[in-house]
Amino acid sequence: MEPGAQAGTGRPPQTSASAAPDGLREPEGRETGNSATPGVATPGVATPGVATPAHASAGDLPTTISGEPVQPLYRPADANTDYDRDLGDPGTYPFTRGPYETMHRGRLWTMRQFAGFGTAEETNERFHYLLEHGQTGLSTAYDMPSLMGHDSDDPRSLGEVGREGVAVDTLDDMQTLFQGIPLDKISTSMTINAPAAIMLAFYVANAELQGVPPGKLAGTFQTDILKEYIAQKEWCFPIDPAMRLVTDLIEYCTKEMPLMHPVSISGYHIREAGSTAQQELAFTLADGFAYVEAGIERGLDVDDFAPRLSFFFNAHIEFFEEIAKYRAARRIWARELRDKYGAKNDRSLLMRFHTQTAGVSLTAQQPQVNIVRTAIEALAGVLGGTQSLHTNSFDEALALPTEEAVRIALRTQQVIAHETGVTRTADPLGGSYHVETLTNQMESAAYDYFKRIEALGGIVEAIKQGFPQHEIADAAFRYQQEVDAGERIVVGVNSFQLDDEQQTPTLKIDAALERKQVGRLQAVRARRDALAVEQTLTALRAAAATDQNLLYPILECARVYATEGEIVQALQDVFGTYRETPVF
Amino acid sequence: MSEATSKKIRVVVAKPGLDGHDRGAKIIARALRDAGMEVIYTGLHQTPEQIVETALQEDADAIGLSILSGAHMTLVPKVMKLLKEQDAGDIVVTVGGTIPADDIEPLKAEGVAAVFTPGAPTQDIIEFINGAVAA
Repeated sequence: MEPGAQAGTGRPPQTSASAAPDGLREPEGRETGNSATPGVATPGVATPGVATPAHASAGDLPTTISGEPVQPLYRPADANTDYDRDLGDPGTYPFTRGPYETMHRGRLWTMRQFAGFGTAEETNERFHYLLEHGQTGLSTAYDMPSLMGHDSDDPRSLGEVGREGVAVDTLDDMQTLFQGIPLDKISTSMTINAPAAIMLAFYVANAELQGVPPGKLAGTFQTDILKEYIAQKEWCFPIDPAMRLVTDLIEYCTKEMPLMHPVSISGYHIREAGSTAQQELAFTLADGFAYVEAGIERGLDVDDFAPRLSFFFNAHIEFFEEIAKYRAARRIWARELRDKYGAKNDRSLLMRFHTQTAGVSLTAQQPQVNIVRTAIEALAGVLGGTQSLHTNSFDEALALPTEEAVRIALRTQQVIAHETGVTRTADPLGGSYHVETLTNQMESAAYDYFKRIEALGGIVEAIKQGFPQHEIADAAFRYQQEVDAGERIVVGVNSFQLDDEQQTPTLKIDAALERKQVGRLQAVRARRDALAVEQTLTALRAAAATDQNLLYPILECARVYATEGEIVQALQDVFGTYRETPVF
Repeated sequence: MSEATSKKIRVVVAKPGLDGHDRGAKIIARALRDAGMEVIYTGLHQTPEQIVETALQEDADAIGLSILSGAHMTLVPKVMKLLKEQDAGDIVVTVGGTIPADDIEPLKAEGVAAVFTPGAPTQDIIEFINGAVAA
């Protein structure tokens, strides 16, 4: 979902140009139908108050949406690559061209649309529907209270229960969520971070009740807490104990759950918060390195857990820059894992990632046009070699998507997969002077950031000092100013507006679902063994004060139906809470 | 407004609810500051009580609520009710975020002065607050 909420806002050009016959307005001074003319667009001097796009060439600004300059032509000397050192065939070091030899010809990406709403009951029905229609993996969206570690009957949860995902308060909800679904046969992705260890415990405890041992459970827990402090801002604890919980989870999965991906290192939310592509790349990789270092410090062999780390990137609208981002990401990850962290297994070096199209690029104006944006973004993800893909629905700048909108989003992937032929050849843009140059530039921009982060004492310290947060806020503001000034065209927002927009029907979430969930939770509280809950929570508090792995005591709490909020509270009693210093 | 002698408009930009989407709130906060207003940004995850308390402490002329969690029909009326109870009903309240069209009129009926949905130009928001506070 990730609704592209504050999607591209901007001042409409105050053009006096007469409206076109169909009601569309065109910006002044903009040649149309001449897009073949190469050449650097010269940005005009923006006159305050007059937001007409002031560039006369067919191009937009001569910079990417990330602010990077682009030349009108690239030649071999610009691209400057050594094939064996910098590219290699797909499936060989440094994996720039892809993690697998045959890429999408050998295996299509997974079309993984994530879903969740209301109570576990509604979402379980949706899961069954998806499985009956051929989906082989599930992806769970949690509601805001669950993401923040609040129970559904917590006063802070009022109005938020089941709205942006499913409400999961106890093991009982997890049982309902996966009722009738064989957990040893279905892989499940869980978009949960601060309370990831608790949801993993609920999941494991539920599997035990189904007779499935943890070793047979496959899937992904997002668990990427660093990007929460940087961008998504759903947290429970201060950064250091939160990092300890991530490391506990990595260690637990490494020892007990060999099929589980313990962390999905996510740039998606960093980009949605307004970062540039370069920042998304750099901060995400820096987060990834921090988890690798934490695992090694814990005493794990890097080759025992690095193969289970995966990534999650945004696919924004700046087509070639995005493809370069994915290629650079694979190359940097492989090099650093091998050379800096001493990984010897190839599977530790090859980066696999999930992609979601940019919610932030969606507009509330003329929302059908979002179908086109999403298709182009999805294509960038595919050409960049993604392993799985979520395409946003066109109405997500307005509300959670309707079924029809979700279906079109899935169909978009199917058209790319089955009609366009882009899957036949691995890394089809490899060797493009432009794309190789961009890939090199992307890589060097990331290393520039790594140096600055290092100088601050590493990414955890940098986050505490607000460095990535400030960089992102600056980038978001710069972009907004370009849109407001009419220098950067957003179709339907600051150009080509419609005078009378049709209202798009949107999905309504029944407010009664919140009461239903609160009722479910209170019924669990009434029938569970209250003494056992108190004892396990006390044991958890004691364990939190030591350095033992907390997954085991959390699992004990889960088994006796302690609530998510109670477990979080017990840990907060020891760890404290987190409060961001608000900056803008 | 904007005479050197006139008092600066004081705006509390607030993020009620649990969602962490603060890009819009921060952009608006910066734009209002650049337009000459005194901006107090509350940060994330604020309860209606906290927001109203901040607005009273800061002697705010206006409150800008940014909500993207879908909980606006619960949280906004609560803020409006608390303001009235505190005799602060004269504070101009605007709401921004993913607000479905059907919810805009009910929010205005609660006393919200304006609702800005995605794509609203920052200049419009600045002008609206300037005008509404002066009125």
